[in-house]
Amino acid sequence: MADPSPVRGPVVEADGISKRFGATVALSDARISVAPGESHALVGRNGAGKSTLVSILTGLQNPDTGTLRFNGQPAPAPGDTDAWRSRVACVYQRSTIIPALTVAENLFLDRQSTGSLRPISWKQLRSRAGELLAEYGVDVDPGARAEHLSVEQRQFVEIARALSFGARFIILDEPTAKLDARGIEKLFDKLRSLQQQGVAFLFISHHLQEVYDLCTTVTVYRDARHIVTAPVAELDQQALVEAMTGDRARGSEPAWSVTGRTLHDGAPLLEVSGLSLDGAYQDFSLTARPGEVVGLAGAAASGNVQLGETLAGLHRPRAGTVTVAGRPVRTGRVPAALAAGIGFVPEDRHIQGLVPQRSVAENATLTVTDQLGPFGTVMPSRTRAFAERMISGLDIKTPGPSTPVSALSGGNQQKVVIARALATEPHVLVAIRPTNGVDIKSKESLLGTVREVADAGKSALIVSDELDDLRVCDRVLAMFHGRVVAEFEHGWSDEQLVAAMEGMAGPTDTKEDNDSHH
Amino acid sequence: MTPTTEVRANSAAAVPAPARRRIDLARYRDLSLVPVLLVLGVIGFAVSPAFLTSDNLLGVGQQATELSLLVLAEALILIAGRMDLSLESTIGVAPVIAVWLVLPDHGARFNGLGLFPSWTAIPLCLAVGALIGAINGFLILKLRLNGFIVTLGALTLLRGLQVAISQGQSIVNLPGSFTYLGSTSWLGVPAAIWICALLFLAGGSALAWLRHGRALYAIGGNAEAARAAGIRVDRVTWAVLILGSLLAAFAGVLYTGHYGSISADQGNGWIFQVFAATVIGGVSLNGGRGTLFGALTGVLTLQLVVNVMTLAGVPPLWNQFLNGAIIIVALIISRFASGEQQE
Repeated sequence: MADPSPVRGPVVEADGISKRFGATVALSDARISVAPGESHALVGRNGAGKSTLVSILTGLQNPDTGTLRFNGQPAPAPGDTDAWRSRVACVYQRSTIIPALTVAENLFLDRQSTGSLRPISWKQLRSRAGELLAEYGVDVDPGARAEHLSVEQRQFVEIARALSFGARFIILDEPTAKLDARGIEKLFDKLRSLQQQGVAFLFISHHLQEVYDLCTTVTVYRDARHIVTAPVAELDQQALVEAMTGDRARGSEPAWSVTGRTLHDGAPLLEVSGLSLDGAYQDFSLTARPGEVVGLAGAAASGNVQLGETLAGLHRPRAGTVTVAGRPVRTGRVPAALAAGIGFVPEDRHIQGLVPQRSVAENATLTVTDQLGPFGTVMPSRTRAFAERMISGLDIKTPGPSTPVSALSGGNQQKVVIARALATEPHVLVAIRPTNGVDIKSKESLLGTVREVADAGKSALIVSDELDDLRVCDRVLAMFHGRVVAEFEHGWSDEQLVAAMEGMAGPTDTKEDNDSHH
Repeated sequence: MTPTTEVRANSAAAVPAPARRRIDLARYRDLSLVPVLLVLGVIGFAVSPAFLTSDNLLGVGQQATELSLLVLAEALILIAGRMDLSLESTIGVAPVIAVWLVLPDHGARFNGLGLFPSWTAIPLCLAVGALIGAINGFLILKLRLNGFIVTLGALTLLRGLQVAISQGQSIVNLPGSFTYLGSTSWLGVPAAIWICALLFLAGGSALAWLRHGRALYAIGGNAEAARAAGIRVDRVTWAVLILGSLLAAFAGVLYTGHYGSISADQGNGWIFQVFAATVIGGVSLNGGRGTLFGALTGVLTLQLVVNVMTLAGVPPLWNQFLNGAIIIVALIISRFASGEQQE
């Protein structure tokens, strides 16, 4: 099976692939072609259609139109798992290793013995596993339980298992997202040595630097379409980022404006110094003045979300201090953060933000139940009055304060979360992806709310990887692998910021360059 | 620990790198009750000379058989990541339906339908068990209902069915074939013990050495990964649910033979002990971990504690208290013996 010698055209060739899910176009006339032994990168921003392409290439989904060929032959019938697996291997973002079982058993899951009634010979299984791991140069004890492996070791096991079905083409879907720098280095070494054995890759990553480090060819998708395929050497970083972001024409100008605002004087409201959390971010410092909206940009593993959560008291940092309005805050405690005046809009409103079956009023007042009546009681009338003030203040579209919050649209649900954060009248508002999953109109209004909070003399911190969220900020810090790699004043270009978020160090200090924008 | 994104990332990154040649305590979690059993034996020996007699030990053994079959069934189901509460009703309702179908329709205190010859009582009983498992499986796997509530409903429904059919009375006029297995002895040892030992051996071997057995661990450990590896997750789970109810029905046969009658509350309230024995024996409630040997030591521990206490003259009224206490103590022991958090 593992016979790379006869060259029969590309290991995979997809052409004219389209796929719709209801009204959503996931892929439109997309194509990709990977030559034997090639390391091919596929990049694109969220929603570009990468995941859909992966599920089509691995046979999990059927394309609506288009042709798919492996080694010059038509793709196997859908559902013929063995045939698909012998042509294309895939290491998914989510681990498919079963922690309680040994490495050997994970490698040969559902094929531990030749017949289903034939007893498994564990000794033989372990030696087969040892041979397989040795073939791909993976230094892992086949008898160890998978839960004791490091993340990259688990990935090596998954790669070895995927290749053991005979495929010479492997898809790696964001394999570096959960790895640290050392793990990434090891993974890349492994991939290069596999490539020398004739294995071809389709490498999907959000980190463009990795593309330049590992791959020879790159394909860019944007908005469900194929944009460009070119040798990496011919496409410099700027061209690549431009291909990813496109020359998007901006829509109508937002209601808020960043430039024409007044600067509030006075002592900084939020001072963070030397904050470190193991496995997330190191030595982070920040000063935010009244009237300022600061953006904290970064991709999934950059640590920016964890930093926002730390400020809200959800994590206890290893080192560093947080000071709000001149008073130090005890870190790692939500009540302390609330009392100090930090309002928090969590990343996922469904998990951390709302109690869906309860009413708008209850949700909006969840942080201030101590102010709603004497002796720890919660007076319905006061809750109602409080909520009505919030509903009109934030323009929440709801039939009334007693409507269950689950009945509201996403944008209005998010407004309730913001209402909850603002209920304590915080000095600092920390908002993580505040426009996550809301429509464009609510987006403008939510960001306008954040802007208003700052204009009223408070500070706001927006943690996001969405460029639209960050446009409302006075300045943006870009984080990569736990460190601030660049700082941009308002007026940054999409390309600059995306490049910095994707780990290609942009200008570390652009204050001078962008002074003209003030 | 906080319920946020980063905890997962952290714990994933915090796995120590090479794990080879390290003493893997968790692997021996299934044996954590063996010392407890030995200690109980020593205490029993010290407390009463009657403890270490074959009469006493065989008695304990026979009493443990019915419970241990339910534990065998529940262990298989839990390893596959599911739960079945209705087993405790199946042990009662399956025999009742079987004898109702075969007993003559006149002349006795309990009249059946007389539809089948009396030798079919055991096959019918097993078929009823399999049918119950199949229906549970249909509701859980095809209609995607919540397994806990489905089997809780089945528990109540089947108990009610038994009471309605048997008119709330014990059934004593049973076919001889039906009571044979539970009452006879082979080579001086009750047949029920032989059968039980054999079933545990067969089940344990299948879990250890057969692909379909290993599939249970894969499904319970990570159903998505099992599916990706080509295991037919729903089919295997369904088979396990059917097998579990089949075993419960067979436990009903042994129980009925043992006591010579089908009592109206046969198995009533057992499910708590079943779960307790399974879990203190090292089977995870979250699926994917545990062995049948561990589950068996769990049953034996519970039964021996009661036996030793009885021999020591502790009034039987304290049994329930002691059962609860031993469950909690055993959980604490296995928590720290294995080092694994259970929640």
